[in-house]
Amino acid sequence: MTLNGWLQILFYFVVIVLVAKPMGVFMTKVFSRERTWLDPVVRPVERVLYKLTRVDEEREMRWTEYSIAMLLFSGVSMLVLYLLERTQQWLPLNPQKFAAIPQDLAFNTAASFTTNTNWQFYTGEQVMSYLTQMAGLAFHNFASAAVGMALAVAFIRGIARREKDTIGNFWVDMTRATLWVLVPISLVAALALVSQGVIQNFKPYDTVKLVEPQQIQKVGQDGKPVVDASGKPVMDTVTEQTVAQGPIASQEAIKELGTNGGGFMNANSAHPFENPTPFSNFIEMVLIFCIPAGLTYTLGRMTGSQKHGWAVFAAMAVLFFAGVTTAYWAESRGNPLLAGVEQHVSPLQPGGNMEGKEVRFGIANSALFATVTTDASCGAVNGMHDSYTPLGGMVPLVNIMLGEIVFGGVGAGMYGILIFVVLSVFIAGLMVGRTPEYLGKKIESYDVKMAMLYVLIFPLMILVLAAASALLPQGLATLNNNGPHGLSEILYAFTSGTGNNGSAFAGLGPNRWYNLAMGFTMLVGRFLMIVPMLAVAGSLAKKKIVPPSPGTFPVTTPLFTVLLVSVIIIVGALTFFPALSLGPILEHLLMHAGKTF
Amino acid sequence: MLVKEAKPKSLWDAKIVRTALIDALVKLHPRTMMRNPVMFVVEIGSVVTSVLLAKDLVRGSGSFGFDLQITLWLWFTVLFANFAEAMAEGRGKAQAETLRRAKSETMANRLLPDGRAETVSGSKLRVGDLVVCCAGEVIPGDGDVVEGVASVDESAITGESAPVIREAGGDRSAVTGGTRVLSDQIKVKISSNPGETFLDRMIALVEGAERQKTPNEIALNILLAGLTIVFLLAVVTLQPFAIYSGSPQTVFVLVSLLVCLIPTTIGGLLSAIGIAGMDRLVQHNVLAMSGRAVEAAGDVDTLLLDKTGTITLGNRQASEFIAAPGVSNDQVADAAQLSSLPDETPEGRSIVVLAKEKYGLRGRDLTAHQAQFVPFTAQTRMSGVNFDGRVIRKGAADAIERYLKENGGYLPKEVQATVETIARSGGTPLVVAENNRALGVIHLKDIVKGGIRERFAQLRAMGIKTVMITGDNPLTAAAIAREAGVDDFLAQATPKDKMDLIKKEQSQGKLVAMTGDGTNDAPALAQADVGVAMNTGTQAAKEAGNMVDLDSNPTKLLEIVEIGKQLLMTRGSLTTFSIANDVAKYFAIIPAMFAGTFPVLNALNIMHLATPQSAVLSAVIFNALIIIALIPLALRGVQYKAMSAAALLRRNLWVYGAGGVIVPFIGIKIIDLIIRALRLA
Repeated sequence: MTLNGWLQILFYFVVIVLVAKPMGVFMTKVFSRERTWLDPVVRPVERVLYKLTRVDEEREMRWTEYSIAMLLFSGVSMLVLYLLERTQQWLPLNPQKFAAIPQDLAFNTAASFTTNTNWQFYTGEQVMSYLTQMAGLAFHNFASAAVGMALAVAFIRGIARREKDTIGNFWVDMTRATLWVLVPISLVAALALVSQGVIQNFKPYDTVKLVEPQQIQKVGQDGKPVVDASGKPVMDTVTEQTVAQGPIASQEAIKELGTNGGGFMNANSAHPFENPTPFSNFIEMVLIFCIPAGLTYTLGRMTGSQKHGWAVFAAMAVLFFAGVTTAYWAESRGNPLLAGVEQHVSPLQPGGNMEGKEVRFGIANSALFATVTTDASCGAVNGMHDSYTPLGGMVPLVNIMLGEIVFGGVGAGMYGILIFVVLSVFIAGLMVGRTPEYLGKKIESYDVKMAMLYVLIFPLMILVLAAASALLPQGLATLNNNGPHGLSEILYAFTSGTGNNGSAFAGLGPNRWYNLAMGFTMLVGRFLMIVPMLAVAGSLAKKKIVPPSPGTFPVTTPLFTVLLVSVIIIVGALTFFPALSLGPILEHLLMHAGKTF
Repeated sequence: MLVKEAKPKSLWDAKIVRTALIDALVKLHPRTMMRNPVMFVVEIGSVVTSVLLAKDLVRGSGSFGFDLQITLWLWFTVLFANFAEAMAEGRGKAQAETLRRAKSETMANRLLPDGRAETVSGSKLRVGDLVVCCAGEVIPGDGDVVEGVASVDESAITGESAPVIREAGGDRSAVTGGTRVLSDQIKVKISSNPGETFLDRMIALVEGAERQKTPNEIALNILLAGLTIVFLLAVVTLQPFAIYSGSPQTVFVLVSLLVCLIPTTIGGLLSAIGIAGMDRLVQHNVLAMSGRAVEAAGDVDTLLLDKTGTITLGNRQASEFIAAPGVSNDQVADAAQLSSLPDETPEGRSIVVLAKEKYGLRGRDLTAHQAQFVPFTAQTRMSGVNFDGRVIRKGAADAIERYLKENGGYLPKEVQATVETIARSGGTPLVVAENNRALGVIHLKDIVKGGIRERFAQLRAMGIKTVMITGDNPLTAAAIAREAGVDDFLAQATPKDKMDLIKKEQSQGKLVAMTGDGTNDAPALAQADVGVAMNTGTQAAKEAGNMVDLDSNPTKLLEIVEIGKQLLMTRGSLTTFSIANDVAKYFAIIPAMFAGTFPVLNALNIMHLATPQSAVLSAVIFNALIIIALIPLALRGVQYKAMSAAALLRRNLWVYGAGGVIVPFIGIKIIDLIIRALRLA
């Protein structure tokens, strides 16, 4: 670890703190339908949209109607994406003449983008047409993010409201999230990225001659290296390289801002066309956290307890630093088995474990990016998580296992942590000798039931599907590594899918089982968790607010922050510790004993 | 007091323990266990390991000794939890036993419509029957006195041996079946059918027979069931991961891990905590009609306290006579004493005492002078005496003023000024008038109970608002409120005002507690979230409230709130403790499970437990023993101190959260050392 590295990490955090308030205030205004400086431009568009779709913007919905509207919207738009993938060969904007996407992969991808997961079992630049990328995938980058924000705001309303049946209008919340927040910021951010060299065009792919011809191992149809009769690998000589093109900058901005993470390129933000410079890297990381961090301020503002908003922010900050410190430390230590390799920091060496990392980002910014992208449910990567040291790679995994509530996905992180707040208040609230209250609302059995349902679905999907994959031949067939590392890869895949993160540990090839199981778990991890969450919101909205007194459970103090962090860690750790102990923890210990996988 | 007598001498009263041990076995019935999802899972686990153990026995197994010990300790875990519940119930049952003795079959003199009495069995009485009870007889059922006055020994119910007066009309008309008439004769209208009497309900309540889970208990149970499912998932899916890693586990170890992880500590003690909470109330001579009411008591935001008896000593006392211009103090004292001699109210007696102590006036025999006593009525709001042609009246200033005007007199300015001064100071002025002339003012003073101010300060620290309810005028009320340190007061309160205040507080989301005894308190008692009726009160009041204080001591409300809070705190603390315990158990069991295949995992064995088997066994034993160890805490409740929620949270998080993480590390290590020493594994 270097001082320079730490200063960069701290600088990043300071920027997030500074961004939180203006973003929070702005979003509060947007979702409270107050006037903002964007109104002259955007309000007319909004009106036309409502007129066309016959949405009555004054009408509010109960939680049930809100859920149904959200499910309908997501279901229909998922179907549209699926059809687009299946018919792209006949549609325009396909200069590379890509064929239709196979059924199970098309389902997986449709589920992946609708759920804000953006898990990619395909290589974007090799199978998806520009139309599919822009009208299908990029559309969902906006829509799924807007849905997340709408849900978070609906939940906050549930907490803030007093004896009301309704929690807002889904169509209005979603439209306003898109028009006021996502589109304008993406626009500016895309331009900023272009300034750094991110490309934006509709050209067919370039073919360039290599400066020096390369010998590479020939790979067969089955994905394994081809060997000749004597067992030696067969080599190919390569003299040309195809350089993919496309409208990347516009995708890139919303990919980060909407915590989507689905890259235009397979290499995602490690690709120089997606993330060319350290500054573009910084912009992308700020984009990931700006909405989730802002929402904590919105929480404080809308519930009338700004201190509570900051207490939640503080809890997130503690977990953020715990993650980034571990990852940075683990990666800087390097690999003890590579004793002969220079792993110390020097003017010419970044030091530590540089496998799978980009030299232009180095250890600090790779560890930071990995932490940020999994703290939020983004899933964009600027390096290979699979190549991290066991403990460094465990950080992204654990971040997702905790529920991606460290700032978290746009909206999803907010309602995720609020469910934990409800549970923390319930568990510890009894200790002050009253029926637990959260900001004046009594937490009763219905709320606990729904919150527990939310908490249960998550490990249910991850553990059961990962356990099945560890036993089934289909699950092991496309696994590239064995031993604890292989287990980490399986765990990571289902954790990333259920958590709607979308980052991959790689090492896990797509097949029918994974396409379907992952598609299924992404849908369940999103929608089956949203419904009980909205039920809690609806139930909270109906309750009276008991005015605060010295006897009220404090949700604004550092003590509350400590409590919240403890509950999140204990619930997450207790659930996943056994699995982790056979995955990354075992791998780490074995590595120091001289064995790798 | 009866309840105190019946109270077990110690927590581990031999008789209760013996019964509880048997009950613990009886409770193993799956239908009973199913009520408690956490312990039901443990029972299923125990059955599974027992079956496998039997198979071991037939086929032979290398680890029979270990498997046997695990199986036994799993059964102990279930039994300990059942024992905890049985202990809590046992204490209640002992009290019910004493109450049952009062319920012995009684004979009743039922009045026939023609006025004759017939002797029937008490169990034949129905609502509306009229019975006559003479001195020495046991009242056969609950009812209201419709005729007569009698002194009644209610010690069977209240434990209080001093007899109480029961009379027709007013707020002292309710009598309870099983109590004994000591003097005179009363006619009672029966108000409850056999099996539904107060005594029956009381027995059922303390026995916990009708116990239903309270709302908060249900919510907590859902949380615990949810956590149990989470851990079930974690353990069930661990086996595939273990198989993948080439280190499959035995069912004994997996069940051990599961039982250690699920919240058995709180799961096993939860119902005991609830029962013990009710039991603590009974020990304070308060009967809660439902567990819900006890919980609500912990949540109370506003306390409505009757001034008299709660904040001030039951009665105001005369402290001074202040004469009107042209009248001597002796004259006032004389008239005041005369008018109060037949007055049996405490105020009346205090006037006589003052006259004697300060003015040397002795009691006089009024009968010799054919004195005629005029008792206080709600209409005249005066009392007095007609004596040798003197017409003496005393009463509130406005009542006397009206009386004087009717008789051609007036209330002098100076007297009015005195009245106001006294009222402003919190005292009660009584004006004494003779014929049509005001003689002076008696200063009745409210004596605020000692220590009450500190109690209210504590309540305030806990965020509870106190409102004093009084019939006094606003000036007097304000002065006493200031002296006692209540947050607010309601002066000249009518039953309707009281009701409105409750509704207003409730509309703000607050929970309100109050005490009451009169029939006109009944609607407010029913409206309040916690309504404590005085046992001396009317049947209507007792029906309306959700608690009855057998001692009829309104200050008890404060204790009731504390008991409610303590109940919730105990639950929360043990839940936190239980969950925090899991950290250490993981560090004991996980390395033990896999260190055989992957010796590097011994790095996680931070407790340095001797062998994998002793590690698993130690964790299971600790998990079982901690239930027993915490039974006293569950039954007594966690230590309660009045402080703000923030301070309470800090304290309890340290003790039960941090403590919950640390204690099992030490406990498991010690057990491991013992197992090692005894060569058990």
